[in-house]
Amino acid sequence: MLCDICGKKEATVHLTEIINGKVTELHLCEECAREKGAQMEQHFGIADLLAGLADLSSGLEIKEEVGLKCENCGMTYEDFKRVGKFGCSECYSAFKKNVPSLLKRIHGSARYVGEGPQTEEYELVRDELQELRKQLQQAIEREEYERAAEIRDKIKELEKNKNRESKDGKEE
Amino acid sequence: MEKKNKIDQLLNQLGAWLQGTGQDSDIVVSSRVRFARNLRGLPFYHWADESKKKEVYEIVKEALFDIPELKNGIWVDISELPDLDKYFLLERHLVSRELVEKGPYKACVIGDQEIISIMINEEDHIRLQVLESGLSLLSALDIARRIDAQLARRLNYAFSYEWGYLTACPTNTGTGLRASVMLHLPLLVFTKQIANVVNTIAKLSFTTRGFYGEGTEASGNFFQISNQVTLGRSEEEIVENLLKVIDQVISYERQAREKVYTQDRFTLDDQIYRSYGMLKYARIMNSKEAIELLSNLRLGKELGIIDTDVRNINELLLLIQPAHLQKIEGKKLTMKERDIKRAELIRKRLGQEV
Repeated sequence: MLCDICGKKEATVHLTEIINGKVTELHLCEECAREKGAQMEQHFGIADLLAGLADLSSGLEIKEEVGLKCENCGMTYEDFKRVGKFGCSECYSAFKKNVPSLLKRIHGSARYVGEGPQTEEYELVRDELQELRKQLQQAIEREEYERAAEIRDKIKELEKNKNRESKDGKEE
Repeated sequence: MEKKNKIDQLLNQLGAWLQGTGQDSDIVVSSRVRFARNLRGLPFYHWADESKKKEVYEIVKEALFDIPELKNGIWVDISELPDLDKYFLLERHLVSRELVEKGPYKACVIGDQEIISIMINEEDHIRLQVLESGLSLLSALDIARRIDAQLARRLNYAFSYEWGYLTACPTNTGTGLRASVMLHLPLLVFTKQIANVVNTIAKLSFTTRGFYGEGTEASGNFFQISNQVTLGRSEEEIVENLLKVIDQVISYERQAREKVYTQDRFTLDDQIYRSYGMLKYARIMNSKEAIELLSNLRLGKELGIIDTDVRNINELLLLIQPAHLQKIEGKKLTMKERDIKRAELIRKRLGQEV
């Protein structure tokens, strides 16, 4: 099961909340659980759980997927670790299981914030994505998890399509 | 764009970043903004075979020649350049150490005032840098963005909505932005506060380097401070955070100058005048000594003790470097010959013909 917030990593934290007899489940990966910690504390009163989680992850060896290989340029994850540089832009997707924790270790974050390429097509998508992320945040705050999941899928779809489109478009 | 190798003409001009103008230019020498950009799907330089390197070179070259802002720029095929010219460009801060390392299909475009420089086939396919005088990061960011937008329209950038600009090294992923400011901090050195400042800056995840960039020790009281983190913060946030730190450092330096100058004026005066004397009369001078003495002269100018043109000092800091000296003389020089020529050049430039 993938994390309900980032949709990228395996959900390892499973929470169940019962409000007025209505059961809501939330499945999160460790990182998102920690990030959403403050919010969830209010919702779920799980401060203890989160404190334990933080301890756990700080003492934990970073789990890395082995045997990954970029089909575009031939670089393996072992090559990457040896050289310290990616082989091409597609390596990021090929190694995507390991990339977020790597980026997080270097930058303290694994999520791009910024303007993005200043072209019309990117600006359109960027605005749409921004709007969707806002809606996602609101949905989570209102505990409308079904709606949140829908929006999350939309975001994922948009991100994926856009990358492919721009690639195909220019390579013709 | 000039296609011919017109590097020699640079020797007779002073790049915009050394004009000694701009905000806080009594302490801030220059501001620099650099973007790392890549083409989607094509291997990065270290991982590419010759044909892919060529492909990147051709694609980027075509796009660059199409950009109006670079019309008056100089195109340089770095790979075909003699070593001396490579080091000459390196000393002028127009190219990086990585770019001048051996390898085919490396190139760069230099804007007409040496403000803009775009490198092809560096660690990343494209490195775009904007270098300006004084504390002018925001204006540099603005220029870099304008050129970047032009390139984005012509090239298929490797960009992901999740991780931003995808770069060869994960330390640049995200904005691909490195912003840096070069500061002249003689009194923080004099009062031994500099180590403290550098340590504090490091804790805030900023880096300090020397005058001559990556991998160099600070010399002559010149320090370059730049951001480390490129992901999770927008371009503005990165620049604004850096500016906050720089403002602090500037005010510490100002306080130290004021304090020492009121309490121990003679020590400072003596140091400055001695330096001036050595610069004006010495017959042999190595780089390190020259930089230190010129730094003191600059301080004299900044404190209003010595009346001299700051551009003259800035230009000397550039010209006393080995490749520059040899370009001026038009031939290879041994170290001893360089030390003699260096002393001669400084005497001449400071108006001392004895």
